[in-house]
Amino acid sequence: MIVSHEWLKQFVPHTHTAQEIGEALSRHCVTLDNIETLGAHLSSFVVAQVVEAGRHPNSDHLWVTKVDDGSGTLLDVVCGAPNVVAGNKYPFARTGTVMPGGLKIEKRKIRGETSNGMLCSARELGLGEEHNGILTLETDVPPGTPILEVMPVADARLDLDVLPNRPDLLSHVGIAREISALTNTPLRPVPADLQGAPVSADAQCGATMVQGTHASVTLADTHSCPRYVAVIIKGVQVGPSPEWLQKRLEGIGARSISNVVDATNYVLHGLGQPVHAFDLAKLSSSAIVVRPTREGERIVTLDGTDRPLPAGTTCICDGASPVALAGIMGGLHSEVTADTTDILLEVAVFDTRFVRRVRKAVGLNTDASYRYERGIDAGNTADVARMAASLITQVAGGVVVEMLDVGAAPAARPPVMLRPARLARLLGVAIPVSEIVRRLESLGCTVLPEGEALAVQAPTWRHDLLLEVDLIEEVARLVGFDALPDELRPFRPGSAPDHPLHLASRRVRDALVGMGLAETRPMPFTATGGDDTPRVRNPLAEDEPFLRASVLDTLARRAEYNLSHMQGNLRLFEIGNVFTPRAGRLPREEVRVGALVMGARRPPHFTEPAPSAFDVWDAKELAERIVTAAFPGRSAQLVGASSPTVWTIKVPDVGVVGHVEAVALDKPVWASDAWGVEVILGEISSQDVAAPRAHAHAPADRESGATRAVRFVPLPTTPAAEFDLALLVPDHTAAATVEAALRTAGGELLERVQLFDEFRGAGVPEGVRSLAWRLTWRHPERTLRDKEIEGRRSRLLEILDKELGIRPRAS
Amino acid sequence: MLPFPIPLVILSDYLAQADALALECRALLDGLDPATRLDVAKGQLNALKDERLAALQGALRALPPEDRRTAGGAFNTLKTSIQEALESFGARQAAASGTTAFDGTMPARQSWRGSLHPVTLVIDEICEIFRELGFTIALGPEAETEWYNFGALNFPPDHPAMELHDTLYLGDDTLLRTHTSPVQVRTLQRFAPPVRVLAPGQVYRRDFFDATHAPAFMQLEGLAVDEDISFVDLKATLAEFARRFYGSSRRVRFGPSYFPFVEPGAQMDVEVDLGDGKGLRWVEILGCGMVHPNVIEAAGLDSEKYTGWAFGMGPARIAMSRYGVNDIRILYDSDVRFLEQFAR
Repeated sequence: MIVSHEWLKQFVPHTHTAQEIGEALSRHCVTLDNIETLGAHLSSFVVAQVVEAGRHPNSDHLWVTKVDDGSGTLLDVVCGAPNVVAGNKYPFARTGTVMPGGLKIEKRKIRGETSNGMLCSARELGLGEEHNGILTLETDVPPGTPILEVMPVADARLDLDVLPNRPDLLSHVGIAREISALTNTPLRPVPADLQGAPVSADAQCGATMVQGTHASVTLADTHSCPRYVAVIIKGVQVGPSPEWLQKRLEGIGARSISNVVDATNYVLHGLGQPVHAFDLAKLSSSAIVVRPTREGERIVTLDGTDRPLPAGTTCICDGASPVALAGIMGGLHSEVTADTTDILLEVAVFDTRFVRRVRKAVGLNTDASYRYERGIDAGNTADVARMAASLITQVAGGVVVEMLDVGAAPAARPPVMLRPARLARLLGVAIPVSEIVRRLESLGCTVLPEGEALAVQAPTWRHDLLLEVDLIEEVARLVGFDALPDELRPFRPGSAPDHPLHLASRRVRDALVGMGLAETRPMPFTATGGDDTPRVRNPLAEDEPFLRASVLDTLARRAEYNLSHMQGNLRLFEIGNVFTPRAGRLPREEVRVGALVMGARRPPHFTEPAPSAFDVWDAKELAERIVTAAFPGRSAQLVGASSPTVWTIKVPDVGVVGHVEAVALDKPVWASDAWGVEVILGEISSQDVAAPRAHAHAPADRESGATRAVRFVPLPTTPAAEFDLALLVPDHTAAATVEAALRTAGGELLERVQLFDEFRGAGVPEGVRSLAWRLTWRHPERTLRDKEIEGRRSRLLEILDKELGIRPRAS
Repeated sequence: MLPFPIPLVILSDYLAQADALALECRALLDGLDPATRLDVAKGQLNALKDERLAALQGALRALPPEDRRTAGGAFNTLKTSIQEALESFGARQAAASGTTAFDGTMPARQSWRGSLHPVTLVIDEICEIFRELGFTIALGPEAETEWYNFGALNFPPDHPAMELHDTLYLGDDTLLRTHTSPVQVRTLQRFAPPVRVLAPGQVYRRDFFDATHAPAFMQLEGLAVDEDISFVDLKATLAEFARRFYGSSRRVRFGPSYFPFVEPGAQMDVEVDLGDGKGLRWVEILGCGMVHPNVIEAAGLDSEKYTGWAFGMGPARIAMSRYGVNDIRILYDSDVRFLEQFAR
């Protein structure tokens, strides 16, 4: 919402600067986004007096003048204007001044005579079209005074961020009301611009059909259009607006079109009431009907577009066909043009939801629809119609011959009860009743005491004051939030423990950062999906309309992005949500972690210039570490699978939680293999917690440290003994099988079994590998004797041979 | 120097001579200043040993055959011990000079350093401060119903307020949440007051992905509901947060704002230096307000009994100003050259 500082003063005669007003509004009412100072381009021009003026020796239309610009030295200035007169004062551009058009004034010779600056016309200053001569200034100020001090061209545009709850602020009078309340300056009830001859016309109210002498209005749909005032003005002369009206519109950056149209825009921006003028002669009849649209009806709107009227809505008709998109835009056919002499002025109230629906259906957003959608002041439609008519006759002539008023103003809402005690409880500080009353009254509320409470009747323009809390907000913001205390007060700790998935996510993420991985936060959409992938109905980017079903897939695309930037050493992880369809309204939502590694396992160092690349065993470690972090006290079981999934990851009591895979990437030849892990940390429930307006309160267990405690094993007091076993293991026998056999056969004294070597080649037959384990033995109470160890080695070899057909590798 | 008896034909004499020479060589080298150059030390050693060593070698043949093996062993031991003495001198020399054998300026062996995303760093810090102020962490789904996202939060149906949220829809009444505020209602339905929770999470808007907008981004919600929670509590807690987050000397102010689910609605500005050379200025940090009674009622609670306050903020914006990131896409591209700058 753009408001002009000078225009505001028409409604509230305050003495504050635009900056002060903007600041006050920001602190108490509406955020100021920006202030644009108008007339700033004239800041370097000064008032100068022509002391002498004589004919130019080499020209019959130029003058050579001596100019006093207040600098103490008279300047020689050549001037071409016919109206230069010695003794008069004019706007003057000294050398070095940049003109509004961009031209820089410099000292130069004009037909042999030196000129030190320029005396300016109105057009040269960007102040109008007048160019018949230089602009004579009627002023007593001494030469050298900046012209901004003598010419009322300065203004400031305030750009205010009006939010949807305050449609009353979408006009100058609305902002002025706030300024009045904040600065304690009385509002001017009717701005001077609108004080014209009183409109003498018939006005009837309450009926849904009024037949006048010159026109009739029928309201066939009082829901969409509760009020319609038509004013007939005859004998207007369409032409340019007077300067003051042009200046008002210029003040808010609007274009001047014609006196009649400018007057309607003045009412829109000044009073917040959309007004439309029809050319009465172009209406097929002067019977205005507000009725539901019919099948197949169309209208060409003022912007020249031929539009179908949305079915089931309401239109303004001239008896035969639609002449306006109600509340949005008038029709091109009945547009006011230079030939127009008689007009029908529409000042109406339309239902907010109705206008919103039509506006969305036709896709046309206008200043009028913007205000109607949010709600205009429906309390003084007839008064505004009189002001609008008065303004038009003032700027375009003509006579108001009739005013037809159908429908009714909305019934007054019942007063809202405000309990000062509730206000004190909500704000945390009591405010005296007298101040509460004063603040509310400053906004136009009527306040009456009713027992302990106050009965508050909000003004018709405030649709947002419906509840007690709305009134409390008004008092609080006018007092100022900053004026309220901010001391920390005692509080009770909350009943909700941390969400378990938050805790799991943090543990996993800390583990992965500890392993050298970098967290990413990519966009969670994908280009590919199928019928079973949740799809966004209205995506903006058609290339990524699907919700992802895998974090690892997102990471793979991010890896490709990095490869395209020549980055091949990647260790990425993300913890994020994925969606899988299921019966019911919402997809199943899981928090998952994905990790992807490729490239060097360590940064190069002079001791190891070419570190090896990440391989499948690193991926296996990642999977194990993620599971340990995510599911405390449990360890991962990796179950072999076929390519590209190497293992699925199972967790006891939880089930399959993820997988390890060789990630397929679109990658350059220099890049090494990528390995990925994806693990489901848990499901985020999207079920309704309880029905609307109900709750399902219950205590919750915090995930306890006891559940992940590991039992302490007493430290050994006896020495260990160890030996190595190198075994020839056929390829079809899993190392884990051999290890399990070793543990079973080894019994209680076998403390640790560690695979430390794999070998294929010389001395080892085809289809067989040599695997070497180191076995550590310990008796809890005594030292093991050599003979005992030797005995166990023989027994183990015997069992392995018997059960698995595995023999030791000959040394 | 002792006169050298020639010929050496008695074994015991031979062994005594060999031992003596070993001791003398050791004494010579051990007695040298470690700063002595190696060639100088060798020169002195040679002067002492060369002649006598040659004599001992020659004398081997003069010994009776049965003694030659023993004597040969002693000769070898002598040579070894001289060599050892020389090495020991070399070690003393190296230890004294210190630099030639070991260059401690060479770079340390590295392992990859992991990193948290800058937005996570900001969220973590905010969460830590609110933890100090008694908040726990709540989570909610990103795919939501219209009721949790709008209806329960006092958005009037078919109202311009909805246009503040460009929504990505999944179905007729299901959508991707446009803010973390649905977690307010879910939490109030699930846990009895007092409630003090913080809800960080991803939210979605129907926005083009450009330098200043992302269709998905993190938001952080806070909610405190109990009997007699007031606007003063809101101001005090949020101002305290701002001072802990930005520094205790930072000025804080509260101005009016509008969100359908709070009333009064406010925004908190903090006077911060964004590091762009423009100095201190007021920057809007968060939106906040007293929880609207309609929201309290939507969660099945008595709004006469319970009041509360809530706030919401965008950690990505804070991360951008804190780390000087001027294009929001950099946060989401996952370029390792960006991410590794945040390694710990």
